[in-house]
Amino acid sequence: MTAITTSGLTKRFRGGQLAVDHIDLEVPHGSVYGFLGPNGSGKTTTIRMLLGLAFPTSGSATLLDVPMPGGATRVLHRVGSLVEGPAFYPFLAGRDNLARYDAADATADPATSRARIDEALDRVGLLAAAKKRYRNYSLGMKQRLAIAAGLLRPRELIILDEPTNGLDPQGTREVRALIRQIAADGTTVFVSSHLLAEVEQICTHVGVMRTGRLVFSGSLPELRRTGAARVTVQTAEPEAAAKVLAGLGLADVQAAVASADAHAEASAALGDASPEQVCAELVQAGIGVRGFAVTSPSLEDLFVGLTGEGFDVSA
Amino acid sequence: MSALRFYGSELRLVVLRRRNLLLLAVTAVFPLIIGIALRLAAPHPQGGNGAGVAFFNQLAGNGVFLTFIALSTLLVLILPVVVAVVAGDSIAGEAGYGTLRYLLAVPAGRTRLLAVKYGVIVTFGLCATFIVSAVALIAGAALFPVGPVTLLSGATISLPAGLLRLLFVTLYVAAAMAALGAIGLAISTLTEHAIGAIAAVVIFVVTSEVVDNVPQLAAVGPYLPTHWWLSFDSLLRVPVDTSTLLRGLLSFAVYALLFGSFAWARFTSADVTS
Repeated sequence: MTAITTSGLTKRFRGGQLAVDHIDLEVPHGSVYGFLGPNGSGKTTTIRMLLGLAFPTSGSATLLDVPMPGGATRVLHRVGSLVEGPAFYPFLAGRDNLARYDAADATADPATSRARIDEALDRVGLLAAAKKRYRNYSLGMKQRLAIAAGLLRPRELIILDEPTNGLDPQGTREVRALIRQIAADGTTVFVSSHLLAEVEQICTHVGVMRTGRLVFSGSLPELRRTGAARVTVQTAEPEAAAKVLAGLGLADVQAAVASADAHAEASAALGDASPEQVCAELVQAGIGVRGFAVTSPSLEDLFVGLTGEGFDVSA
Repeated sequence: MSALRFYGSELRLVVLRRRNLLLLAVTAVFPLIIGIALRLAAPHPQGGNGAGVAFFNQLAGNGVFLTFIALSTLLVLILPVVVAVVAGDSIAGEAGYGTLRYLLAVPAGRTRLLAVKYGVIVTFGLCATFIVSAVALIAGAALFPVGPVTLLSGATISLPAGLLRLLFVTLYVAAAMAALGAIGLAISTLTEHAIGAIAAVVIFVVTSEVVDNVPQLAAVGPYLPTHWWLSFDSLLRVPVDTSTLLRGLLSFAVYALLFGSFAWARFTSADVTS
């Protein structure tokens, strides 16, 4: 059983812009799936299609094995969601806003409504502010109320679109803790973000979007493996060391002489070679090894490599 | 059952909203003002050219007629504006607040949400209409003599029979407002700006009334949405002019069905981007 699948899911806006371009998602049941990509890469449009708010131009999607958008009323009560920021009536108290959404749910039991609302408010730490008008909530409280709305009933899947947008570091940490808690209960969490650092600590799987296309999808270790490890040797004889590395058949060999802020070193892509063997060969060749390191690119580097740098978002 | 709970929750929200309470209060004040004004100025034997002209001569003899005067006066703009505010706000307001996407993700169901919204609009229009009738009846009874009702055709019926006619008149006006509500609901599905939708509904009503009053355009008159609104005076004759009444009710039904279908087609197929 998969929590979310899409097949060739595509959305072309009326202006002709291709917002989502044939994406094939597969979110395993029980995973915490980080849906990454810069702003404007099609994450929110994808989520809107998953929830039946927008209709795909082509392709298909399922939530908990129910086809969307056709099965919206059959499946969405098993799915909690936060889409593009919280939205409530500003003139109603937090509790009354939740009561309103609960009343709209055809399958919710009115007898337990109050208890469920209190429990959801308690989980996000808003029970004390339940009677306060939404208008007077801080940004973090608004965000947490939206998460509480997603927790009004036991859910099998929670979809959170940029849940930490606009939050201060403390609020971000609170939301992250909340997501961990939800995941620990066995709920599948699908969380979108434009910041890798935000989801790296909590996700088991990631999908990376770039200009409407899914450029990577898999587990975090799988993402790490896509980065090529390099071996770096600090030595007084970088040219000689580079020769040894080349002799071992390593690719992309570089030698750098000492500068004001770096030691002289030689480096190469490690490939399939074993670091132990490389080290032994260097010593055997009589190279004075001061330092030896195998480095993998950080997830951040891999992420930026996949999504492009800065303003490199094509319209 | 669940739809009833949803409807109750939405109705409470609409009725208890300060802006809407204020609208109902204003609606209630008008019949009072009209009654006092008419009491102070003795009714003119020849009357003016207003819409309620037929009723003014009767008022001096019977306070019940204040209800018909109030309804026909408020039907020109006040009641339509009250309905326009609630109907225009119904979907556009949710889109504007962003709450529409959460209602649909609950899931409220698009058709179900639309039906509940329309139910609330009709109920609110019904409330406003009955408030006008009730306040006018009480004010009329306090300011003028009350007794057997002399109808426009000259026949006199007993007070209870007259009150029954008043009930039918009020329901007829509520039906007219329900049809207008469907128009407002349809317009409301087209925008995220509640104010824009409300203004559009009011302009729609005023345009229809203006066109209806241009003699050269008399041919299109019967097809205008506002044309039959004041035809409730057919209920104040013996025998009742049922053909006019039925044509009016048919017009309301056609408009409600037409715009209701449009609202449904639009709302169940449009992307929610707010």
